[in-house]
Amino acid sequence: MKSAVIVFPGSNCDRDVAVSLERTTGHAPLMHWHGDSALPEDLDLIVIPGGFSYGDYLRCGAMAARAAVMPAVRRAADRSVAVLGICNGFQVLCETGLLPGALMRNRDLRFLCKDVYLRVETTDTIFTSHYGPGQVIRIPIAHHDGNYVADLPTQCMLEDEDRVVFRYCDAGGKTTDEANPNGSLDNIAGILSEERNVLGLMPHPERLADPRLGGTDGQPLFASLLEALS
Amino acid sequence: MTEITPEIVAEHGLSPDEYDRVLEILGREPNLTELGIFSVMWSEHCSYKSSKKWLKTLPTSAPWVIQGPGENAGVVDIGDGLTAVFKMESHNHPSFIEPYQGAATGVGGILRDVFTMGARPVANLNALRFGAPDHPKTRHLISGVVAGIGGYGNCVGVPTVGGEVNFHPDYNGNILVNAMTVGIAPADRIFYSKASGVGNPVVYVGSKTGRDGIHGATMASAEFTAESEEKRPTVQVGDPFTEKLLIEACQELMATDAIVAIQDMGAAGLTSSSFEMASKGGLGVALALDRVPMREAGMTPYELMLSESQERMLMVLEPGKEPLAEAIFRKWDLDFAVIGHLTDTGRMVLTWHGDTVADLPIDPLAEAAPEYDRPWTPTPTQAVVDAAVVPEVPWTEALPTLMGSPDLASRRWIWEQYDHMVMGDTVQRPGGDAAVVRIHGTDRGLAMTTDCTPRYVRADPVMGGRQAVAEAWRNLTAVGARPLAVTDNMNFGNPEKPEIMGQFVGACQGLAEACRVLDFPVVSGNVSLYNETEGRAIPPTPTIGGVGVIASLDRMATVAFKAPGEAILVVGETTVPREGGGWLGQSLYLRELCNREVGAPPPVDLEHERAVGDAVRDLIEAGRVSACHDVSDGGLLVAVSEMALAGDLGATLEGLAETPAALFGEDQGRYVVTVPADQVEAVLADLGPLARRIGTTGGAGAAATITLGDASVPLSALREAHEGWLPGVMGA
Repeated sequence: MKSAVIVFPGSNCDRDVAVSLERTTGHAPLMHWHGDSALPEDLDLIVIPGGFSYGDYLRCGAMAARAAVMPAVRRAADRSVAVLGICNGFQVLCETGLLPGALMRNRDLRFLCKDVYLRVETTDTIFTSHYGPGQVIRIPIAHHDGNYVADLPTQCMLEDEDRVVFRYCDAGGKTTDEANPNGSLDNIAGILSEERNVLGLMPHPERLADPRLGGTDGQPLFASLLEALS
Repeated sequence: MTEITPEIVAEHGLSPDEYDRVLEILGREPNLTELGIFSVMWSEHCSYKSSKKWLKTLPTSAPWVIQGPGENAGVVDIGDGLTAVFKMESHNHPSFIEPYQGAATGVGGILRDVFTMGARPVANLNALRFGAPDHPKTRHLISGVVAGIGGYGNCVGVPTVGGEVNFHPDYNGNILVNAMTVGIAPADRIFYSKASGVGNPVVYVGSKTGRDGIHGATMASAEFTAESEEKRPTVQVGDPFTEKLLIEACQELMATDAIVAIQDMGAAGLTSSSFEMASKGGLGVALALDRVPMREAGMTPYELMLSESQERMLMVLEPGKEPLAEAIFRKWDLDFAVIGHLTDTGRMVLTWHGDTVADLPIDPLAEAAPEYDRPWTPTPTQAVVDAAVVPEVPWTEALPTLMGSPDLASRRWIWEQYDHMVMGDTVQRPGGDAAVVRIHGTDRGLAMTTDCTPRYVRADPVMGGRQAVAEAWRNLTAVGARPLAVTDNMNFGNPEKPEIMGQFVGACQGLAEACRVLDFPVVSGNVSLYNETEGRAIPPTPTIGGVGVIASLDRMATVAFKAPGEAILVVGETTVPREGGGWLGQSLYLRELCNREVGAPPPVDLEHERAVGDAVRDLIEAGRVSACHDVSDGGLLVAVSEMALAGDLGATLEGLAETPAALFGEDQGRYVVTVPADQVEAVLADLGPLARRIGTTGGAGAAATITLGDASVPLSALREAHEGWLPGVMGA
């Protein structure tokens, strides 16, 4: 499995996801500088990491979406290379149009860093095959702009095509309003592209993929990728 | 050219005596730029003129100390060829005037102090003091300061892992924002600010210089008045994105051999940084100010020298390394300019398009910086409060009140706004005794904490000073760390008042005593004086930031109760059981339930502190305790309740007198630990008179209570009080 993590100015979870990838898959990813427009042709996975690319100035992810490397990311996605966007990476993928919808400021207007519960809505993906259907997992969030919005046709399409991957829920798996940390539409925490090879999610699976950090619920995501892409 | 009038001298914060010294050094009148340079270099903030005499009395060395005070940050050896680099600094006045930017740039400044030394910052902490919760400004200040700290640290990608918050009406007009950064650097790649090599290029990197923050250092050296809020333009504006780029670019350059010396531009900006580098190296410096990257047109040499624009660094490079360094900074989209070179003249010569605009002798200016032996009066001794005359509120009422009181309630609302997990090494998140960050790539940890109990310091500066150090040491010990060293952030009122100076002198004495006995030297620090508004001083607040090392993360303790049926022990009571026991003077019980802030604070017996702490650390290192928590604010029952809440398990207590003194007394040097039932006899036998059993853990979920005698309080009620208070105040 050959993977690359894109490093933008202001990315700050690039090392974290690289550590998790290497820990889970045994392969250290290539750290790819945003200004280098050519990506290796033989990549199996591209990760757009969390952080504050370009300081989140203008709009989260807006400038990174126009970085030199992004046309190559788009071409790779079109070739069915797996693309994983975490937090700021999800925002970037929405800004590029690789995923539908947008991420607005959190409902209560504050940055929020805490563990949340997620319900795995589909295991029919290369990202979640190692989870059980409907499994409730605990994963941290850390964002100011994670409030997912989309118009009604998009929402219906995501639902009909089984493209909602994670929903915020309570410990018992109920997708209540109280369990929704940021006001996201229909408690949506992560979605897939039409071809199911691009996943964007606000929570950080790389932050709980090591028992030393207090949990390993993020690990199956990387294990799923390893199995699908090796 | 502007004529220097007595008014202009006064506006620059120089006394007539100090101005006479300027004339003597120069042998002529200064021009405005030169006067500005004297003004900031001799400001309290930069010169420590009131505090130096007493700071010198603090112990600063130990075999593991690599760099003590005097550099950008302190450096201690943490083994395996690595060092911890850390410091705490205040940003009090700016944060009161403009809370978001004031707090944000406080974080930015302390981060730079640490990464300037070659360290990668791995954690931020803070210590905050706000006014009364119901004061009209408090909510605004809390939300601004917290958002500012988060806004900066989150973006830079350094986890904010710990801190402390107090509320007191005497901070209504002068809040305290103390920020601490801890970094890790290889022992053989530490960078210092001492310039060397005549002719070596002096290089400016980072952001462009603008007009923000001019005279920030002078502002930080005067009392507050109602007009202070008009000084909002002297508060700098932070750009954490640029700081993040600066960290990465510096780390990249530091991996080469290009840097001779490096210094961040903090308070007093270009003046202070260039002066300090040249002064430490015994050299001169020539700067062409027109080469400084500028944010706006029409800036003058005066403004360039005094600007406190953020995210800037000054470096001396090895000759010929300019292209290498420039390529790295350009890659990170940062400004890079060779603005001058080192000379052998011992003078600072500034030019502006070829014309000399300032020419000052460096050593005389630095050496002649005023140093005062300010008159001081000792703080009057407070009477010891007789526990027998303190009103008794039933513990079942007192406990929920205390758990939901301003100084004890959960700070979750605050730390959930800080990214405390980025970098993927936070093994103990906020909410415990000390935060623990894994040393990246190893199974060892750094523990860190910030502590001070201002009400103790005000009642007895010596004892309060001791207590601040002892509590930091205790918090590190409680997670199983070996305490290494501290940084001190001395926040006091106007030192020209003898009673305030007396607080400072007393606190230094207490700090020194504790640091000495606990082998816990001061390696860095910051002094913030003139914390007064309209003549009213803050409670003296010598905040201590402590750092320790954990040899194996497998042998680390946390506060949470782990399993039902385990024995709860208190370790460190001086008399067992204490007759009529407990120290209520200056306790939260007295303040929150009797509305009285009186009495002498609890004494700190440093030898006892050390013996108890060492015994507790031995137990943790041997894996013999399942949870550990120090007993501090609120006393024994509060400590037990905090452990119960963290583990969501109740406790049944026995053998405790049902008196406020026994349950809520704030006697020092104590810990609560839990021990599996089958090992309790052995642990008690080993600890002897240091420990006794006070109960058993048990009861989960809705059945969880704190039970003592015939009465009990449901854990859910305590949780509601504890978690509900701050969101209630903030209306969210």
